[in-house]
Amino acid sequence: MTMRYLLQFIFILLTMGFAAPSLAQSDPKDLINALGKASFKQAEELLTQIAATGDAHVVPALEAFAEGDLYVRKADGAVVITKAAGAKLSAIDPLTGEVVGEEPKGAFTKIKVNNTLRRAIRSALGDLTLLSPDREVRLQAAQQVLQSPSAENLDLVETALAKETDPEVKARMEEARAVSLLASDRSVEEKRAAIDMVASLGGREAIGILMTVSSSIDESLKPDLDKAIAGIEGDLALWDAAQNIWYGISLGSVLLLAAIGLAITFGVMGIINMAHGEMVMIGAYSTFMVQQVIRTSYPDLFDWSLAIALPVAFLVTAVIGLVIERGVIRFLYGRPLETLLATWGISLILQQAIRTIFGPTNQEVGNPSWMSGSFALGGLTITWNRMWIVLFSLTIFFALLTLMKRSAFGLQMRAVTQNRRMASSMGIRTPWVDAFTFALGSGIAGIAGVALSQIDNVSPNLGQAYIIDSFMVVVFGGVGNLWGTFVGALSLGILNKFLEPSVGAVLGKILVLVLIILFIQKRPRGLFALKGRAVEA
Amino acid sequence: MITGFIFRALEGKIVVAVAILLGVALLVPALNLLTAPDSFFHIPTYAVSLMGKYLCYALLALALDLVWGYCGILSLGHGAFFALGGYAMGMYLMRQIGSRGVYGNPVLPDFMVFLNWKELPWFWHGMDMFWFAMIMVLVVPGLLAFVFGWFAFRSRVNGVYLSIITQAMTYALLLAFFRNDMGFGGNNGLTDFKEIIGFNVQADGTRAVLFALSAIMLSLCLVTSSAIVRSKFGKVLVGVRDAESRVRFLGYRVENIKLFTFVVSAMMAGIAGALFVPQVGIINPGEFAPANSIEVVVWTAVGGRGTLIGPIIGALMINAGKSYFTGAFPELWLFALGGLFIGVTLFLPKGVVGTIQQRLAIRRERKAADDAANNDKASDAALPLGQAAE
Repeated sequence: MTMRYLLQFIFILLTMGFAAPSLAQSDPKDLINALGKASFKQAEELLTQIAATGDAHVVPALEAFAEGDLYVRKADGAVVITKAAGAKLSAIDPLTGEVVGEEPKGAFTKIKVNNTLRRAIRSALGDLTLLSPDREVRLQAAQQVLQSPSAENLDLVETALAKETDPEVKARMEEARAVSLLASDRSVEEKRAAIDMVASLGGREAIGILMTVSSSIDESLKPDLDKAIAGIEGDLALWDAAQNIWYGISLGSVLLLAAIGLAITFGVMGIINMAHGEMVMIGAYSTFMVQQVIRTSYPDLFDWSLAIALPVAFLVTAVIGLVIERGVIRFLYGRPLETLLATWGISLILQQAIRTIFGPTNQEVGNPSWMSGSFALGGLTITWNRMWIVLFSLTIFFALLTLMKRSAFGLQMRAVTQNRRMASSMGIRTPWVDAFTFALGSGIAGIAGVALSQIDNVSPNLGQAYIIDSFMVVVFGGVGNLWGTFVGALSLGILNKFLEPSVGAVLGKILVLVLIILFIQKRPRGLFALKGRAVEA
Repeated sequence: MITGFIFRALEGKIVVAVAILLGVALLVPALNLLTAPDSFFHIPTYAVSLMGKYLCYALLALALDLVWGYCGILSLGHGAFFALGGYAMGMYLMRQIGSRGVYGNPVLPDFMVFLNWKELPWFWHGMDMFWFAMIMVLVVPGLLAFVFGWFAFRSRVNGVYLSIITQAMTYALLLAFFRNDMGFGGNNGLTDFKEIIGFNVQADGTRAVLFALSAIMLSLCLVTSSAIVRSKFGKVLVGVRDAESRVRFLGYRVENIKLFTFVVSAMMAGIAGALFVPQVGIINPGEFAPANSIEVVVWTAVGGRGTLIGPIIGALMINAGKSYFTGAFPELWLFALGGLFIGVTLFLPKGVVGTIQQRLAIRRERKAADDAANNDKASDAALPLGQAAE
């Protein structure tokens, strides 16, 4: 055994030694330049040598050669790739891809190419890419074959496949082989296996590939083909539905954010708080102010701007809410319809105040880097800002729920709303609880404004866009119940997004409104109605 | 019986209000048409149209007062009935343009030609006839109110919930009318009117007549509302407002009472819209905006709900103020309006007219109590002062 290896080794050494003189030009640059003066026969030999270099830089040159775009510059005999530039040709260095000059057509001679050579080029290209030592290059090459299936690639792919060891690249190559096989004239059995392979790929490209081969394929394979296409379409429909659900959740979380403050001021306290939208708007403007300060003074902190804006927005809006409650609303308890008028007045004043201070135009609020871009999850595309808003609204919701159910303040809050006089007799300072409940609702609206500033225009009219939707969500979910708001927001969001593709955005929204109106007839107190005496109060 | 019904309506204040309205209906057109343009008493045509617009708003506020002030239904969607009446009138006016439009199509309004429509949608048929259009002004808002109220009142949707779904209704209509496919001119609405029953819409005479008609319609609706409120039915209505369950237990069909009032009110709002459109010259989906309906609620509240006269005064006052402020201090108008809402709800919960009435009533009863006390000092005071003051 050892002897045999030794002999092989010596043999290789010898052949290399003998071959060396004839392969004097092992530099790809020289090899390509040699193409200029080579006959067809010599060119074929040169191609083998070029492929043997394994240098991926020669790929463009070979592609240009196959296309008939490789020329010799008469002046210095250099081989260049050319590209038409007006009446002239611009010369491109075959290896670096740099433009090295622009001369009239007469200054070049075309390097001729025939079919034998084209085949040789193709196999050389395949060797360079599909057999390249670089894993990434192989992966990319397989991907390329996958996207432009042709029977000519089949042999190459199969050769590459036999040598491939990396599992991921191998899988890709298997797929590439299947795709090429379908376009070739192999046996029916092999094609059937290939169809299964392509079908397992899924996606719209797979349908496209199967559709194109369906015209030329053997009759006996038609049922398999149709089944495969139907299967992929079924999968796609599922992914579409999933995408719709995601859009719905995303819209629902925006609705939840907008409505959750109202669920406290309107839902729990019974104030028809028309100024709720303005609290959201002021929250968004707080974000803008924070970002202004950061932009001018601490540009490094920009990615943290939202985290800084959250407490700022909460404090600003909570204080405004506290002032509103102490100044106006405390005189109106027990007269819910009149709170509508007073808060409407407040909302007009706040809007006009913001318009006077910042002007009526949209203010620019930037996205931090971690909120831009998107990622894919199976067949879904999810943008980061939507993802964060979903997570954020869930966080706010559960934090609020915990506050309501587990803290002393939450207990007092519920006590006051359920039976004010009894709560007062038990020593709860009801005016204090009222004031801070309203401040809490306003503060949450302000926090929502921070998130909404990322996906909407920050203008004095921002709040107006959300106020009606917020009321719908709270009423649909059931006044006085946070879970109702949660379920209401998500179901309205998802319903909206499922109606949208079939009837359009506006009609979808109209239908949702009509459905809410009809739903209220069926359950006049919303999805999760409060029971007991509090209802009639 | 009918005469009794009407006569009962003509209680002191209403007679005065109707007399003033009819006087204005004669005086303003006269000052506009008969005086020389440079005379001190001359009222320019734009002012006539502007005041006509205020009267339409006053009628809308009156309609809202009927349901809110007397039946306790706070509708945040009355702007929708107003706009529907306006659209019915607008469709008639569009059909009257005929071949004088930009595209010169004898049947199709301009926007339909622009959208490449070949024939008139079914709901535009018959709108070229004035009588039919006028019936539609009443029927369309009335029908919507009937269907909406039929469902809502039977399911006993009350209070805030009702307010919110009326708001949803007008919001849904706003979105619907913005769509070009609806066949109501989409975003731009209906405009560029030429003539109404053969008279030029722009002419001074037509404007003056429209103004007079607005004033007369307002007085007619005021008398009708007053008649309804002061009839036996009106007493039940107030009962529904104050203690709905009790009225139901007494055997009344509360939902039918509410439905009737709601439909009548919606029709009045429709009339207001129909008179509004030719004077303003345009109707577009903006009229459906929920904010508009809320504004109507504010006029009613400021004037005094449940007084019939109050909402009229409130609407006239606020709109006149709005015209003045937006001209003189455009920045300050919203501050003033917002402050007014807060001030009225906090300090004048019964509105301007309501508060005045209350003061007068207190004074009258105090006087009566004093008289009683003077007449019979020896006996225990028949009516203690405090009780009378309530």
